[in-house]
Amino acid sequence: MSSRLRSRWAGVVRTPVGMSATALLAAVLLLAVLAPVLWSAKANAVHTDQIMQGSSAAHWMGTDNLGRDLFYRVLVATRLSVELALLATVIGVVAGLLLGTASVSLGARAGRFVTAVVNIAVAFPGLLLALFFAVIFGTGTKGAVLAIGLAIAPGFARLTHTLVATIAGRDFVAAARIAGVSRIRLLVRHVLPNVGEPLVVNATIAAGGALLAFSGLSFLGIGVRAPDYDWGRLLGDGLNGIYVHPAGALAPGVAVVVAGLAFNLFGEAIAKGIGLRTPLAGERRPSSAPAYETPARPAPAGEDPVLVVEGLRVDFPGAGGPVTPVRDVAFALRRGEAAGIVGESGAGKSLTALAIAQLIEEPGQVHADRLEFLGENLLDTSARTKRHLLGTSLAMVFQDPMTSFNPIKRIGRQLAEVAEQHQGMNRRQALARAVDRLRAVRVPAPERRARQFPHEFSGGMRQRAMISMGLMGTPALIVADEPTTALDVTVQRQVLSLLRSIRAADDVALLLISHDITVVGQVCDRVLVMYAGRVVEDLPTAELLTHARHPYTRALLAAVPDMTTDRDRPLAVIPGRPIDPANVPAGCAFAPRCAFADERCTRSDPALVPDDEGRRVACWNADLTAGQPVAAAQRGRTTSQGTAGDE
Amino acid sequence: MTNATAEVRTLPGLDGAWTRFALRRLGRLLVSVWVLVTAAFLMIHLIPGDPVRAALGTTAPLSLVRARRAALGLDDPLVVQYAHYLRDLFAGRLGTSMTSGLPVSQIIGDRLPATLGVAGYAFALAIAVSIPLGLVMAVLTRGGRGRPAELAFTSTSVVLAAIPEFLLAVGLVFVFGVHLGWVPVAGRSGPDSYVLPVLSLAVGPAAVLARIVRVETLGVLQADFIRTVRAKRLPDRFIYLRHALPNALTATITLGGLLLSAMVAGTVLVENVFAWPGLGSTIVQSILAKDYPVVQGVVLVYGVGVLAVNLAVDVALALLDPRSTIRES
Ligand code: SF4
Repeated sequence: MSSRLRSRWAGVVRTPVGMSATALLAAVLLLAVLAPVLWSAKANAVHTDQIMQGSSAAHWMGTDNLGRDLFYRVLVATRLSVELALLATVIGVVAGLLLGTASVSLGARAGRFVTAVVNIAVAFPGLLLALFFAVIFGTGTKGAVLAIGLAIAPGFARLTHTLVATIAGRDFVAAARIAGVSRIRLLVRHVLPNVGEPLVVNATIAAGGALLAFSGLSFLGIGVRAPDYDWGRLLGDGLNGIYVHPAGALAPGVAVVVAGLAFNLFGEAIAKGIGLRTPLAGERRPSSAPAYETPARPAPAGEDPVLVVEGLRVDFPGAGGPVTPVRDVAFALRRGEAAGIVGESGAGKSLTALAIAQLIEEPGQVHADRLEFLGENLLDTSARTKRHLLGTSLAMVFQDPMTSFNPIKRIGRQLAEVAEQHQGMNRRQALARAVDRLRAVRVPAPERRARQFPHEFSGGMRQRAMISMGLMGTPALIVADEPTTALDVTVQRQVLSLLRSIRAADDVALLLISHDITVVGQVCDRVLVMYAGRVVEDLPTAELLTHARHPYTRALLAAVPDMTTDRDRPLAVIPGRPIDPANVPAGCAFAPRCAFADERCTRSDPALVPDDEGRRVACWNADLTAGQPVAAAQRGRTTSQGTAGDE
Repeated sequence: MTNATAEVRTLPGLDGAWTRFALRRLGRLLVSVWVLVTAAFLMIHLIPGDPVRAALGTTAPLSLVRARRAALGLDDPLVVQYAHYLRDLFAGRLGTSMTSGLPVSQIIGDRLPATLGVAGYAFALAIAVSIPLGLVMAVLTRGGRGRPAELAFTSTSVVLAAIPEFLLAVGLVFVFGVHLGWVPVAGRSGPDSYVLPVLSLAVGPAAVLARIVRVETLGVLQADFIRTVRAKRLPDRFIYLRHALPNALTATITLGGLLLSAMVAGTVLVENVFAWPGLGSTIVQSILAKDYPVVQGVVLVYGVGVLAVNLAVDVALALLDPRSTIRES
């Protein structure tokens, strides 16, 4: 434990910020040790002939009212300033530890009382607490050390209490308690070692704060008294003579800031180093976007298409060159048509949806050969036109209704905004429209609901509200990205049937993104199967069981439990891991997991080609699987899985 | 938290949540005030030795010490003294200064406006600068944009935040008072005498607050609901001002409150740099002169000031974020 900890701290020191903070702190500490030894005599030498002089060759920073050299006095004062700050910190940390562990050492009731007092004390700024204690302990060095120490204590007590509370709930502490380990022993042996790290970090930062606070008290005349001197007192003396001799005030001031910064930065560097313990990401080799001999063509959508997509690509900058999680996607949607995009997470479904809706943000980049919505080319339309067109005619429904609403605005307002922006309604009209739309998606008591906040809605209600937000305009297309994934089964069914009825009533096209092929099958006319950023198969849902040809689609279908599935058998899963978009293999991306893969598959990537019926598939061996029932494929796969295992 | 199954929840109206919030908050305030008052009372009794002897010095005649002790009621049993203290407090009597003989309440009444003025302006300045600055910086540096701007902003604000207010005050005195001679550096005269004290108090908290606002806004801009807002195709300034900022502020406000109550305490140091005739210089002089009744009174005022800031923060949070009235325990 401790050696691991030490090596981790060593790592912190090696970062640029950590290194400079460490160097700075080391310099301050070294100065604190050495300066009095080396320069005390010079700092205390009185020169009555050189009183209050400005900087000169003999005295860089000038002299004070007894003609003593200020430069050396500032250096020598390092010792006392740092020493007192550290002493106060130790007092604060020890007192804080005692108070913070009171619930363990004194028992629950006394602990609660201590915690309550601590909680009130932390609300007061440290300086006020320090002044309060300075009254009790008296002014002067000793009183100020105690005052600042006790002013630090409540903050530490609170931190310790929080840390201890999390540790004390853990199993090994409970086990030790049952085993009859005494409270104190429990604390020293089990609890404290586990909270040490954050405490040390905070103590370091607190030392910086104590240094500043001490110089403040000394400056006020409440801390260090003559003939002793620390930076704060030098500063106080210097301020009186600032017109004659500014360096006298500025030099100790700079010293305080630098030393305080050294402690703070060191503490923060450690904190950061400990917090950011991510193992170095593995080597990533750049994925070269494969060139297709024939770019995919969308299946003909008939006349009056709502959406036409061709050659859609999404790029993100990656550690080893750009990553392309969506490649060469092409399809079209008729008015009122419902299509589903299925695939595993990471297949590029959601990014495809966001790219179509023009919601990919920098640094992501969207390219397409064609991207038309209601006949308008989205790639080179003015921002204004696009905003209006998409704002009124394209509705988005996102996965998690919990996080998809602004938590601090009323639902009604969030809906009304749309109408105010795009339909030029005033507040009242827009709100009335919002209530009307909520009613349209069968939200009960819509007037009352519109005045509520998102957290007052249940998950299903929130998703209805999200859909009604899309209905504020007159949408021609609803893009729903996993709209039911976060909901339970009953609610899921209600939301799906709502989408179905909206589509039927208003002839709205629907693009439904889901990892669940059954959900898509329930709602959509067509299925687009995505794998590793590409569309690998496109066919009518009605023909899924009979005409699915791509081995991946067939594997997805086979993994669906149905009525005849033996409940005792484990759920079928598709063996192998999904593809990392940063690391797409050459050839067919599915080859490593494909039972039909041959040598050609690993060499070149098959294009998405349509058959006579308009079904499209991207597989070299599509003809091998065609015609075989899916269930047979499943049986074949499960047996082969037994021998091949999942790598 | 979520209640996915119950489609209609029987929620108490917002008013119910508000009432309970107000009662709970009031209860906490009363307890805090009681602890504060008791601490101020005990302060004198915790001083080792005889505070009157300490105040009057070792050479003072015994008869004077006795008389002063009796006048302060220090010879009564502690409980009786406590009861008297509370009674006087309710009547607005805070005792008499041991040095000037003036009623403490009068001293406070004379000095309070100067402190309130400087703290209030500093507070307003810090807020007025930090929120727009933090928001603009967040927008400029979102998603890894504007690296140079981010670096400049972060390093400047870190350095400014690291300089304690009284050192900044000394620096300002040097630059604007001594070097340029633009504004007065001591005492409270015209409006321009406020410039340096207010700046010294406001700069550090403004730097920290601007940083927090930027970080919180960046966090909010990552949130799912921002994508929803973008999907509504609202203009960008709507996204930032109406959606991102209020959420970022709810996250900022608690920490901001701590900074602001630290600002209340900061007046003590700053007033002493600028010879500002407020409570801050009064409390330091009284501590040094061991004028305990005055110290006691001023400590109470500062404590109440801090509690008031905390209360204001909680109320602001409740107004901004309705969940906080329920969440908080
Ligand atoms: S191309 Fe080859 S590897 Fe790819 S799915 Fe078809 S058979 Fe399998």
